[in-house]
Amino acid sequence: MSVMKRVSLIFRAKANKALDRMEDPRETLDYSYQQQVEMLTRVRRGVADVATSRKRVELQMNSLQKEVDRREGQARDALSKGREDLARAALQNRASLQGQLNDLQGQYANLQEQEEKLTLASQRLQAKVDAFRTRKETIKATYTAAEAQTRINEAFSGISEEMGDIGLAIQRAEDKTAQMQARAGAIDELLASGALEDHVGGQQDAIQAELDKLGASNDVDSELARMKGELSANAPRQIEANANGDSTSANGDASANGDASSSEATQAAEQPQAGDGL
Amino acid sequence: MIVRILGEGQFQVADDLAARLTALDAELDAAVEKTDDAAFHAALRAAIQLVRESGTTVPDDTFATADFILPFSDATLGEVRKLLADGTIGGDSAGLP
Repeated sequence: MSVMKRVSLIFRAKANKALDRMEDPRETLDYSYQQQVEMLTRVRRGVADVATSRKRVELQMNSLQKEVDRREGQARDALSKGREDLARAALQNRASLQGQLNDLQGQYANLQEQEEKLTLASQRLQAKVDAFRTRKETIKATYTAAEAQTRINEAFSGISEEMGDIGLAIQRAEDKTAQMQARAGAIDELLASGALEDHVGGQQDAIQAELDKLGASNDVDSELARMKGELSANAPRQIEANANGDSTSANGDASANGDASSSEATQAAEQPQAGDGL
Repeated sequence: MIVRILGEGQFQVADDLAARLTALDAELDAAVEKTDDAAFHAALRAAIQLVRESGTTVPDDTFATADFILPFSDATLGEVRKLLADGTIGGDSAGLP
């Protein structure tokens, strides 16, 4: 038998079974209405849950994007320091992170779609429930119990199909949200522990450490230059103090020339340091 | 006739489209039988498109049961197979006693 027919029979069987159990058909209406109102609450909660999950993924996407940008910065930094090997490692890391980010973006779109669908389902159910309430009162007021039976069965079966549909939709949304949360939890942990970097390439912050080392050795170089500058700046005065006729004066002049440029560099280097102190 | 697409509600579809829909349904059935994912998605997509485009939404104050029910537009073959095998809609999902 066909798929579409079989599914419709499954829904009908469910409604018929419920109807068979009902002794007073009029009670069926009130009972069903109560169930519908509960279902409305459930579907709204479902929408809120999916939205929460979506926002969490959004935050994670932002964090991952920052990591991707940071790797790009590292790559540029490394290249400017002539370390192509480090730049390559940083870009490899960036590619892995970008992969994770793309994956999250796909899931984000999926959650967004679920949220939209569930929101529409919730609106549809609300309209159906409102119409059912009116129908219920009409049936109660207008028909005798015997007459009402057919109309009650019709309304009940119709709404129960709607409820079955929405119940399944909520179930699916809950399943997807649960899957999402498990994955999101894992990524949160990775981001929090910094293990994402190790996870991604095992390189981190080997890259940053190396760059920091390069940065530090640059600092050491400029510190050395500053110290040399200070020493040389003092040198001419010592020469002057030693007065004329000294055999070292020629050498002293040569170093004094070198010192002039060093001491300019020293002043330039010292200014930012003063600024740092403020 | 009335066709429901799970997750999207009911549509009133002209009876003369029944033949096309039945043909797609047969494809769907064969795909489920053979576990042919590609054929399953193709038939499901075509059937849903046909109902969405040629059907009109059933008004909210109409309480009718559908003649045919199509799975969710993003349903997997496994999901449909499970629904058919179980022959029932799980637990409280129908909100019925």
